[in-house]
Amino acid sequence: MTTVEGGKAPRARRTPLPYALLVPATIALVVALGYPLVRQVVLSFQDFGLAQQFGRPPAWIGLQNYRDLLTDPYLWTVTLRTLLFCLVNAAATMLVGVGLALLMQHMSKPIRILVQSGLLLAWAMPVVAAMTVWEWLFDTQYGVINYLLTEIGLDFEGHSWLLQPLSFFFVATVIVVWMSVPFVAFTVYAALTQVSEDMVEAAEIDGASGWQRLRHIVLPSIRPVLLVVALLQVIWDLRVFTQIYILQKAGGSTHDTNLLGTYIYRLGIGSGKFGMAAAVAMFMLVLTVVLTAPYVRAMLKQEEN
Amino acid sequence: MSRPTRRPVRITANVIGVIAFLVAVFPVYWMVNSSFLDRNEIRNPVPTWVPFGGSLHNYRTVFETDQFVNALKISVMVTGLTVVFALGFAFVAAVAVSRFRFRGRMSFIVTLLIIQMIPVEGLFISQYKMLEAMDLLNTVVGLTLVYVAGVLPFTIWTLRGFVAGVPYELEEAAMIDGCSRTQAFFKITFPLLAPGLVATGVFGFIQAWNEFTLALVVMTREDQRTLPLWLTTFADVNRGTDWGGIMAGSTLIAIPVVVFFLLVQGRMVSGLTSGAVKG
Repeated sequence: MTTVEGGKAPRARRTPLPYALLVPATIALVVALGYPLVRQVVLSFQDFGLAQQFGRPPAWIGLQNYRDLLTDPYLWTVTLRTLLFCLVNAAATMLVGVGLALLMQHMSKPIRILVQSGLLLAWAMPVVAAMTVWEWLFDTQYGVINYLLTEIGLDFEGHSWLLQPLSFFFVATVIVVWMSVPFVAFTVYAALTQVSEDMVEAAEIDGASGWQRLRHIVLPSIRPVLLVVALLQVIWDLRVFTQIYILQKAGGSTHDTNLLGTYIYRLGIGSGKFGMAAAVAMFMLVLTVVLTAPYVRAMLKQEEN
Repeated sequence: MSRPTRRPVRITANVIGVIAFLVAVFPVYWMVNSSFLDRNEIRNPVPTWVPFGGSLHNYRTVFETDQFVNALKISVMVTGLTVVFALGFAFVAAVAVSRFRFRGRMSFIVTLLIIQMIPVEGLFISQYKMLEAMDLLNTVVGLTLVYVAGVLPFTIWTLRGFVAGVPYELEEAAMIDGCSRTQAFFKITFPLLAPGLVATGVFGFIQAWNEFTLALVVMTREDQRTLPLWLTTFADVNRGTDWGGIMAGSTLIAIPVVVFFLLVQGRMVSGLTSGAVKG
């Protein structure tokens, strides 16, 4: 193992230079992420509420925060809601994204370019700008969506989309999927262009139907990409914060629409229960790290080559 | 795969393509369209589909609010500092990781990959406590600190690919011609890295410019708001009365991002999945 990708490795000399080069980045990461992580673990074992925020020394209470949380049905409701929201969004994004990528192969070139530029534009939108636009589209009084639904004969005049939790999450899903599909569609389409034509043609000559070719040749060839993209979607959708937070401000009960991220925020920054918030945050971190393991493995495969 | 497609399949694909295009583009179009409309058109029960007869009135309103100009200043400072520091730190780290073999190299890379996936929501409570203790809440420095750490992993990872992409043989050739190793690196490899530095710098810019969650946690004072925070509070106050102004604000925030994003999009996508693509 003496090669570094992209060229021959410099001789493995013993030199402190690489370590020196890593110092600035390491310091930044340790100060802004490493130290808070340690502090958060400590915080999650402490009784740290508003009184402590105003100077009283925090008491060490061991696992009490965790015990309180795990016996709190609300945490389980929020966790379940988060997982459900995550899975529905990731699945919908994958379905639409992969579907579009497959269809893009069969579109006439100008249409394909049209679709790609549209997706690129949606992808480029900053999340807050996208949020305000979607709020405006779903606006109760003057929103285009209510107008169009009323025009086709449905009773949506003055309909409030954010009032009912289910409808609230429907809107959130539409927005999240709209923002996430471009990444999936582009990545999968790029992978599809690499699929061996010969193999597909051979299967066609052997009499395989379109569906069979897709199932047995095309999809298996892009399996690694599909897995990584799906995993990234799950990880990203697990931590949807901005969209939920902004929609909550626009209307809708926070209690019935909190996901883990907004719950931590309201628990900690909102009501000063830092110890409890830290415990929920640890829970969320562990959940993410577990999910991240396969992603890291896939990425390292290339590194080892 | 560019095999001929049967006609009905092509037609179906094209129809769905056009629908997908409309769904993707309409919100963006609607933002720009509404930003030109005056209050009467906005509050008309029948939507105004094209901004004929529109004006720049909404943009004037936005620029005349002190909060917008102030938020713009804060955003420019935080974004600028984040890009400069993240790029500098990431560049030297990327050189170390891709041009040297040393103990701990692999652990460093694995750590980066894991950190890259950590959700901000999982740490912002203690980052808040830390900045509070350091007296850095509501400061550009404090927000920049957490932003730099946030974009570093991806920036190092991507730059690493760019550095590794320049064959080491080029440097060796220069060294045979009498350059020192450092000279060889700066004369040969560094100029070839310009596109990579631009691309990753733009990535940092987009991240810092768009970021909402940490800004919400760190910048609690009104006079320290970044643009995304300004936009959401502006929307809260004016919802139902001034959607035109809100859309003008959104458009202004989106323009630099869209422009930059379109410039570097291709280079960035591969960074996240290159491991899988090459298998």
